[in-house]
Amino acid sequence: MFLKDYINDVYGAVKSLLVGMRRTGYYFTHHKEIITQQYPDNRATLDLPERFKGEVVMPHDANNEHRCTGCTACELACPNGTIKVITKFEVNAEGKKKKAIDKLVYHLELCTMCNLCVVACPSDAIKMAQTFEHSVYDRSEFTKILNNPGSKIMEGVE
Amino acid sequence: MWSLQKIANTIHEWLNTTFNSTIATTIEMVIAGVAVITLFALLGLVLVLMERRVAAWMQIRLGPNRVGPQGLLQSMADTIKLLVKEGLTPNGADKFLFNLAPFIAMIVAMLLMAPIAFAKDFQLWDLNIGVLYISSVSSIMVISILMAGWSSNNKYSLMGAMRSGAQIVSYELSAGLAILTIIVPIGSLQFSEIVQSQVNGWWIFKGHIPAIIAFVIFMIAVTAETNRAPFDLAEAESELTAGFHTEYSGMKFALFFLSEYVNVFIVCAVGATLFLGGWMPFHIGHWESFNHMMDYIPSSVWFFGKTFALIFLIMWFRWTFPRLRIDQLLNLEWKYLLPISMFNLLLMTALAILGWYF
Repeated sequence: MFLKDYINDVYGAVKSLLVGMRRTGYYFTHHKEIITQQYPDNRATLDLPERFKGEVVMPHDANNEHRCTGCTACELACPNGTIKVITKFEVNAEGKKKKAIDKLVYHLELCTMCNLCVVACPSDAIKMAQTFEHSVYDRSEFTKILNNPGSKIMEGVE
Repeated sequence: MWSLQKIANTIHEWLNTTFNSTIATTIEMVIAGVAVITLFALLGLVLVLMERRVAAWMQIRLGPNRVGPQGLLQSMADTIKLLVKEGLTPNGADKFLFNLAPFIAMIVAMLLMAPIAFAKDFQLWDLNIGVLYISSVSSIMVISILMAGWSSNNKYSLMGAMRSGAQIVSYELSAGLAILTIIVPIGSLQFSEIVQSQVNGWWIFKGHIPAIIAFVIFMIAVTAETNRAPFDLAEAESELTAGFHTEYSGMKFALFFLSEYVNVFIVCAVGATLFLGGWMPFHIGHWESFNHMMDYIPSSVWFFGKTFALIFLIMWFRWTFPRLRIDQLLNLEWKYLLPISMFNLLLMTALAILGWYF
């Protein structure tokens, strides 16, 4: 039936338009839904979304210990050579040689925050921080060393 | 009671007692012209700010809130920026037409102000074919757009102008038919009579279903005629960068921008006059005390309230619906709006002959 299809078309179109208008009308009247943050004003109370990724950091505990084994999985996973793991060999108490990191170099200026290194890390040594005010006066300041000086691997992380 | 009509009468009497009638009429014309230009400037400032605020809130944003209290001076700052910018004319452009086009857009918008009844007995020119005048003069708008698109010597501008031509020519039909649907029971094209016929109820209530269908069709058609989203194919920011005004800058661009907003105001004023009673307060049949109470609200408040409600509706359309493709646009007009409005006109005629409206 031609006429029936025609009327159905019109009805469906009007209905879908009204659904859209109800949604925007809801947003128009409910100002608490607004997601804009007035950034420099609310620096203290900034409410960042959970998945916001600012830079790669390596968490250290109170004894200045990290979880990085120096396996270079993050370096291999990185698509644009942001991470460079420099390893060394440490002699432990039993006189055995063991691989450990000397420096974990991170080039912030090359990083695209793709999160692949964090996913690749088998021992959860690195994670994404939510800091984002990165601007500096000298480009060399973007090259960061993630492990703290004098830090060592946590007990029990293989 | 304070009213626009009283102010106008006082000025008229004072001028006629002070000068002879020729000079008085000349001065009155100048005053009317200045008043229209002032209204233009005010509308530009208010509507641009309103548009940006409405857009922001509908998109869960805050909108302009830095210049002045609550960002109220934002459009003022934009105006100053546009005034001091260079009005560049491209080298390959047809210079005469290029510079003429924005002024034609503006003049059309100004001409359209003439027959609109802003308040009780407050109207520039109450001519007996007011609605016909509006619908015919508003189609001159397309000439300025075509002129701008052609003289820019830019293929995207020309494409935008051609689209706009096709669009305005087709949507004029259903806008005209929607207007006719209301004119049928009124039997007059004069604005003052149209408003007077709604003393016992607005046409959108008195005209039953045909009036409501006509109102919906009118709103769709005028949105298309003023080149606003979802029918903004003439500008189509994402495809044609800005369509017919790509090459314009500074105040020449501002005139196009302003004329768009003034046109929106005018079509909404016409819609408010035809369907929502113009400056006529909200009256219900024979409820004397209720009607009397409504009369205490000044007629200009009623007119601007209704007009701005319709403007808000058009803004709501703009920030909700996605843009149509050109074939969808013409399909909508020729396959849906036109047959429906023709049938609707027939229905209204039957209603008017049988006297079934209030």
